[in-house]
Amino acid sequence: MNRVFRVVIACVMLSASAAYAQSDATRQKGNEVFQYWCATCHGRGAGMPGTIALTAKYKGALPGALEDRTDLTPQAVRFVVRNGAAIMPFFRKTEVSDADLDAITEYLVRRSPQPGERANTGR
Amino acid sequence: MAIPPGVSNRDWQTALQQFVQAVGESGVFTSDEDIGLYRDAYSPLWEEPEERLASAAIAPTTTEQVSEVVRVANRFRIPIFPIATGRNLGYGGSAPNLSGSVVVDLKRMNRVIEVDDRRHFAIVEPGVSYFDLYRHIQDRGLKVWIDCPDPGWGSPLGNALDHGVGYTFGAYRDHFHSHCGLEAVLPNGDVIRTGMGALPGAKTWAEYRYGFGPTVDGLFAQGNVGIVTKMGFHLLPAPEAYQTSVVTVPRRNDIVPLIGLVNELEHAGLIGQPGYGSPLAARRADLEELLKRPGGPPAEDLDRFAQEQKLGSWTCRLQFYGAPAVIAAHIAYAKDRFTRDIPGATFEDGELLRFPLTQEQLDSVRKVAVGIPNLAAFGGRRGSDGHLWFAPVIPKTGEAVLEAQRVFMDVFARRGGPALISPFSMPATWMYRAFVFLMGFPISRSDVTVNQRTRETMREIIKVAAEHGWGEYRAAPAFQDDVMAAYSYNNSALLRLHETIKDAIDPNGIMAAGRSGIWPRHLRGRRA
Repeated sequence: MNRVFRVVIACVMLSASAAYAQSDATRQKGNEVFQYWCATCHGRGAGMPGTIALTAKYKGALPGALEDRTDLTPQAVRFVVRNGAAIMPFFRKTEVSDADLDAITEYLVRRSPQPGERANTGR
Repeated sequence: MAIPPGVSNRDWQTALQQFVQAVGESGVFTSDEDIGLYRDAYSPLWEEPEERLASAAIAPTTTEQVSEVVRVANRFRIPIFPIATGRNLGYGGSAPNLSGSVVVDLKRMNRVIEVDDRRHFAIVEPGVSYFDLYRHIQDRGLKVWIDCPDPGWGSPLGNALDHGVGYTFGAYRDHFHSHCGLEAVLPNGDVIRTGMGALPGAKTWAEYRYGFGPTVDGLFAQGNVGIVTKMGFHLLPAPEAYQTSVVTVPRRNDIVPLIGLVNELEHAGLIGQPGYGSPLAARRADLEELLKRPGGPPAEDLDRFAQEQKLGSWTCRLQFYGAPAVIAAHIAYAKDRFTRDIPGATFEDGELLRFPLTQEQLDSVRKVAVGIPNLAAFGGRRGSDGHLWFAPVIPKTGEAVLEAQRVFMDVFARRGGPALISPFSMPATWMYRAFVFLMGFPISRSDVTVNQRTRETMREIIKVAAEHGWGEYRAAPAFQDDVMAAYSYNNSALLRLHETIKDAIDPNGIMAAGRSGIWPRHLRGRRA
């Protein structure tokens, strides 16, 4: 293995782990913002009206708690936070900032198929 | 982006620059996307030309910034409209009364200034939510309770300023009543503190509400003479325990002694918020024929049905707070009184809950009753885009409840469509000394005919209520002129006084124009 090639490999690994660390930090922040802004309605456990409503809507086909979903897309998360859904109102940027929304999105789609994987499952 | 009414494009551009100087780029919102988030999500005028829309939003983080923003607005005569957490859903949300107003969004002023659990008070900024204040208290293990309304995302300060109400004990449920001292920015940018706060270095701002001289705090609640930036509140010392006992009475006419006795217990401080209901409400399908009778179902027929089904006619959930021995004594006394006054009264006691609660108890307790903010009230509303509240204040008597049922059922019968009131409807009991005969009218973000119908019914029912001596305690902007018009004693002398005060304090009419039907002089012609 020549020296240049080894340097390239090392760079790729470094940037991959940096990207992973950054993503991990964003998800952690997303978890915190979710618990603060969303979990009071969409959390797991008793008495959560958002979770109860989604459980009723999906009749067992999908989990009622958003954190347990594996099919959420970034587009859907962003749309609902900024446009509301039925009785759920939309949220202003002084409440959920764009950066907060990015973090929530990253957190909620963490178990969803990546775009490429999603395309594969469609075949 | 719309330009505020009556403001030239050049002044508007200069003002926007000065707003940026006051609060920074990140505190000024002017894009259509950002301003759209200030719409009232439950607007009864959604997507119609009359919908109340903001032209921009400014988000200060300090009282000094609020003062500077107000000075700029006053200089260019730009209408402004303050919001706290902006969650007054069903009563206007985060949208202004006057379209084109600049919303002053106080959400980023989110400091809990102080909580004292020896003298039992808190001082907060407008952006602090009930959730925030509760967490602050829990994280520090402080021995005080807050009194929260149904939605925990609301602001104690904002809720109090719209005369909001809650669920625990006595006058703590009247959130403006339990406030003590406030700081406000006047339309000229001047900052005042009321009560003891007017004394520099005061030691008792959130404890003694009057200070010296006339009290002006009330002008800032449902008013438009300033932006409140701090507020003190008296807090309930955390009780040791909590228990409920549900009393059931057999006959329809027992509603009169039931409410009379509950009033006595409540006003003497023996119980917290009472919760009325009727077991017959769930059996309306079985009573359909009786309910169709002209003039309403005869009481004796309903009594017979209730007796046959082994149901009562009315229930009241009594809530007891304090040391276990005190609770036991109060429950025993209450049972003795009901048994003596209402033959056939029965009781069902809940579990005695000692604080702190176990997780299992936390999951099942009615959280607002024990001062825990939550959003459970938004449950069970599938298929709804929101609601608009009609909130008439009626006397705390059985006779008044039965009359309100008849009067409002007549309105629905006349108008057709589903009735929100039945012979089993009971009032909300948040207020300490009066009932609210609350109704939630449907709102749609996709079907304007739903909203049009809701608006017509609201306008009619406000008038009908006024004819019976009932006025609303709170209303969404679209109906504030109608409600204020009902408070017309002596040729609307009170409104005329409000207008005199408005003109004196806010001569340019920049502050929350139209709030509670109080318009500045130059817009007064638009009043309904």
